[in-house]
Amino acid sequence: MADPFLIGEAMTCGYGDANILHGCTIAVEQGEIAVIVGPNGAGKSTAMKAVFGLLPLRGGVVRLGGQDISTLTPPDRVAAGMGFVPQTNNVFPSLTIRENLEMGAYLCPQNIEDRIAQLTNLFPILKERSQQPAGELSGGQRQQVAVARAMMTQPRVLMLDEPTAGVSPILVQELFARIQEIAAAGIAVLIVEQNARQALSLAHRGFVLVQGKNRFTGTGQDLLNDPDVRQSFLGG
Amino acid sequence: MRGNITMGRPFWLALAMATALGAVGVLQSWNVALAILNLQLISAVMALGVNIQWGYAGLFNFGIMGFTALGGLAAVLVAMPPVAEAWAAGGRGMAMAAITMTGTAAAVWALQRLIRIKALRGPAVVLVFVVGLALTRSFYGPSVAAIEAVDSSVTGFLGGLGLPITLSWLAGGALAAAVAWVIGRITLGLQSDYLAIATLGISAVLVAVLKNEDWLARGVKNVTTLPRPVPYEQDLQGQGWFMDLAARVGMDPFLLSGIVVKALYALLLGSVLLALFWLSHRALHSPWGRMMRAIRDNRDAAEAMGKDVTRRHLQVFILGSTVVGIAGAMLVTLNGQFTPAAYNPFRYTFLVWVMVIVGGSGNNGGAILGGFLIWFLWVQAEVGGPWLMAMVTSGLQEDSPLRQHLLNVAPHMRQLLMGVLLLVVLRLSPQGLLPEQRGKHGLAQQQITTEHS
Amino acid sequence: MATKTETNGPPREWHRPWGIAVGVALLLIVLPLVGREGAGVNLLNALVRFANFVVIPGMTYGSQLALGALGVTLIYAVMRFSDFAHGDTMAFGAMGVILATRVLQGMGISAGPLPTALLALPFGILGAVTLALVFDRTVYRFYRRQRAAPVTFVIASIGAMFVTNGLVRLIIGPSDQRFADGARFIIRVQAFKEMTGLSEGLALRTTQAITLVVAVVVVLALFLFLNRTSLGKAMRAYADNEDLALLSGINPERVALWTWILAATLATIAGTLYGLDKSFKPFTYFQLLLPIFASAIVGGIGKPLGAIAGGFVVAFSEIALTYPYRKVLDYLGFETDSLVQLLSADYKFAVCFIILVVVLIWRPRGIFQGRVI
Ligand SMILES: Nc1ncnc2c1ncn2[C@@H]1O[C@H](COP(=O)(O)OP(=O)(O)O)[C@@H](O)[C@H]1O
Ligand SMILES: [Mg+2]
Repeated sequence: MADPFLIGEAMTCGYGDANILHGCTIAVEQGEIAVIVGPNGAGKSTAMKAVFGLLPLRGGVVRLGGQDISTLTPPDRVAAGMGFVPQTNNVFPSLTIRENLEMGAYLCPQNIEDRIAQLTNLFPILKERSQQPAGELSGGQRQQVAVARAMMTQPRVLMLDEPTAGVSPILVQELFARIQEIAAAGIAVLIVEQNARQALSLAHRGFVLVQGKNRFTGTGQDLLNDPDVRQSFLGG
Repeated sequence: MRGNITMGRPFWLALAMATALGAVGVLQSWNVALAILNLQLISAVMALGVNIQWGYAGLFNFGIMGFTALGGLAAVLVAMPPVAEAWAAGGRGMAMAAITMTGTAAAVWALQRLIRIKALRGPAVVLVFVVGLALTRSFYGPSVAAIEAVDSSVTGFLGGLGLPITLSWLAGGALAAAVAWVIGRITLGLQSDYLAIATLGISAVLVAVLKNEDWLARGVKNVTTLPRPVPYEQDLQGQGWFMDLAARVGMDPFLLSGIVVKALYALLLGSVLLALFWLSHRALHSPWGRMMRAIRDNRDAAEAMGKDVTRRHLQVFILGSTVVGIAGAMLVTLNGQFTPAAYNPFRYTFLVWVMVIVGGSGNNGGAILGGFLIWFLWVQAEVGGPWLMAMVTSGLQEDSPLRQHLLNVAPHMRQLLMGVLLLVVLRLSPQGLLPEQRGKHGLAQQQITTEHS
Repeated sequence: MATKTETNGPPREWHRPWGIAVGVALLLIVLPLVGREGAGVNLLNALVRFANFVVIPGMTYGSQLALGALGVTLIYAVMRFSDFAHGDTMAFGAMGVILATRVLQGMGISAGPLPTALLALPFGILGAVTLALVFDRTVYRFYRRQRAAPVTFVIASIGAMFVTNGLVRLIIGPSDQRFADGARFIIRVQAFKEMTGLSEGLALRTTQAITLVVAVVVVLALFLFLNRTSLGKAMRAYADNEDLALLSGINPERVALWTWILAATLATIAGTLYGLDKSFKPFTYFQLLLPIFASAIVGGIGKPLGAIAGGFVVAFSEIALTYPYRKVLDYLGFETDSLVQLLSADYKFAVCFIILVVVLIWRPRGIFQGRVI
């Protein structure tokens, strides 16, 4: 099997002395959506941080487009085409929305206006409130700014950690639709989701993590149909 | 492995320190060596006090200078004879001022609680405060003038209690404790930087008070005639048995008297240091000490477990300040004079911090070692700096302005030395020369941490 | 970090008892004024005296504190520690300016009516920036990479303080230096009196005017930098959220580098202006640390606007509380024997401390809602 576009393979790492991940593998192809689900504290966010180099790996490797990027710093990974929206604190609260977007374009500020215009098509709120500090936005609006900021880095891979947490149900639909559009544009999208059922239904790939290990892996449909997965993680 | 270090190191370091002192004795003179030793003992007590606050509890007290000065004030207030004339001139007025002041404070406190209507409270409190202040000042001003007018070149202050000066060591601790309680009530519960800045501020205020309130301890006119706990050199020289002794050991009686006096001081100071060391050692290894360190290492967890962190911090802040106050009183006793203008934060706050960090925070032995080592370097660098500079500049002409300048400023090389030493130790051995022993307690702490997450 | 969310309720109502109190006080002041002869002139005299001894010095000192506090607050915002070496950095920068001034004077170069020190400023800045960067490379960077606790940084800054202080004493010595040259006054007391016919005079020293002008220019430039340039925004972003800054490709080393450059520049300018206005003495600069920290905290630490506001609050409190008002009151018709000085000038530290305590009890995050420290 050819190597996936982005893969964190057999990752082992943790905070302090204890390991949280134990040989966990996550992968995504360009133009596809991969979803990670699992109970709270399973290590989903930890896996995302490990893929992005925010935590040093103690075992395993991360490859992007076939190249080992395990030793790159986070800013270098941004330069290599990875974008990340963390689970918490994912905007610059005292910067305006416009400035948040500009920060996304910090590394390559070329044709910034065009990029912002593109994103405002996707998320109109960015335009309406462009001079307002991001800290004053509601949860859903904030998530949109966060995703847009990550998109401003012009990523080939977009990683989202629970982008729909604290977002109203209507907006969740909206957000998923945008994410699908992003993937359709050829970007690899890796999402951690609490709305497992909904997310898996649009996923090309799904990973179920439990206690830092892969429990189930398959296409989104496979996982939705798997009785064990339904039983334990989708509430029957 | 660490066990080895902590077993062997203190011994070797102490031995090295003793050798260095011995070398000073042989090469310079025993008088100098003993003078250094006495100040080392006092420095060690101060470092012990800071270590109680910082090492046990992680409190950032940058107001050491203030508590040292309070200890010094206690020496004056305890040991100087009372000035009856001054009391007669202004004692009553001062008492009235004290009464009106406490009365105002009490009234403000009561009004805050008694007045139900929120909108009235502010103006009422301000009114009472202003009236109280005016009243206090009307008593205070004239009495101060009257007191300071009493034979101002010699006294001009209320004097003290005329008790033996060693009692002031206790009083110094008590005074520092009382002030620490007030300061602690205001500033504790804040994060570290804030506490550091606030204490730095209050120590500046305390020293400003001592410099300016002449009626209290003569201010910058200094109190220079403090009694001693040990005999005077001249008195010794007047004794027959002493002259015999000098003749027997074949030493100049002048020299010997100096040595004997300093040695007696060293005995007194050393026994205080030992007692305090023993007490703090016991405290550190008691359940109380373990709890303090657990709070230091993981405040949130300790709070979650129902510990009243601010209260504990207040305790430890008071304890540490008491020890510093004792050291301050001992220092003034040793000097025989109280000179408020001499209190400067580099020497009395930050140097003590260097002692603790270099010696080993959290380890009482380390703090004491730091006190000895840093004081030794501080004193010797003042001598060594110019010597070094003379060597370095020996190539220059005798009267070259550059050489003159360098020789003039050479004593200041010690600031530089202290800074570099602090930075190097912090980098290479962040725990200090004698790191904290984390035996059983280390485990306990880990449990808390995991529980927390 | 414990962030308290404060509800920004509607503006507070005007409480009636306060209104009455203020009204009565005003009446007490105004009544005797209008009832007397020459009331207008006396009022003017009182105002002039107040301006001369409180307003002008307050503005000057406030600007100096604001510049110092800006440096402290920038370092706090980006590096997350209180830099206790900042006072000595000010001394170091000012020392560079003094040395360069002497050289320039020796070469016969002067700035006409302005102090030569203004021409020497770039050299001092260069010196202070170099020193700051040496400290960053040899000391702070190591702890930054380790993500060490803020206390470690503070202790390291004590080391830096000792070293800087030692260097200043070694190079220029511990004593007082005066280095202001050029014209001393813009407005002289005598000229003012003749011009206005008032019995009170008003003086404006060149150094005071320069302080104000330079402070305004520097602050404007700083705000333009922080709000308009990509690097400035990156610094604010990094201060806001360090991790997300990494995820945006912002290089923390670059941010740290520029923070030190800015802080050292501000420190040198503040130190030079203070030295021109008063005099240069290394220990005085160390003592400035307290009002500077007080300013930064009052304004809300980490907030540049707060540092400026805080600088003026502290400066005016210090001066207004230690100024003897007897003559001002005299003009207003209240003759007293006492100096009417709330606090002796020796206790100006107490003012800083009181302000600190007041802020800390009633508004721990300062005027501009900075970080909780
Ligand atoms: N910064 C951290 N320091 C220490 N432990 C952490 C940290 N972040 C997460 N953990 C621990 O790692 C485990 C996995 O957390 P996480 O990856 O956030 O789970 P989730 O799957 O809910 O995203 C949890 O037990 C959590 O307590
Ligand atoms: Mg998570």
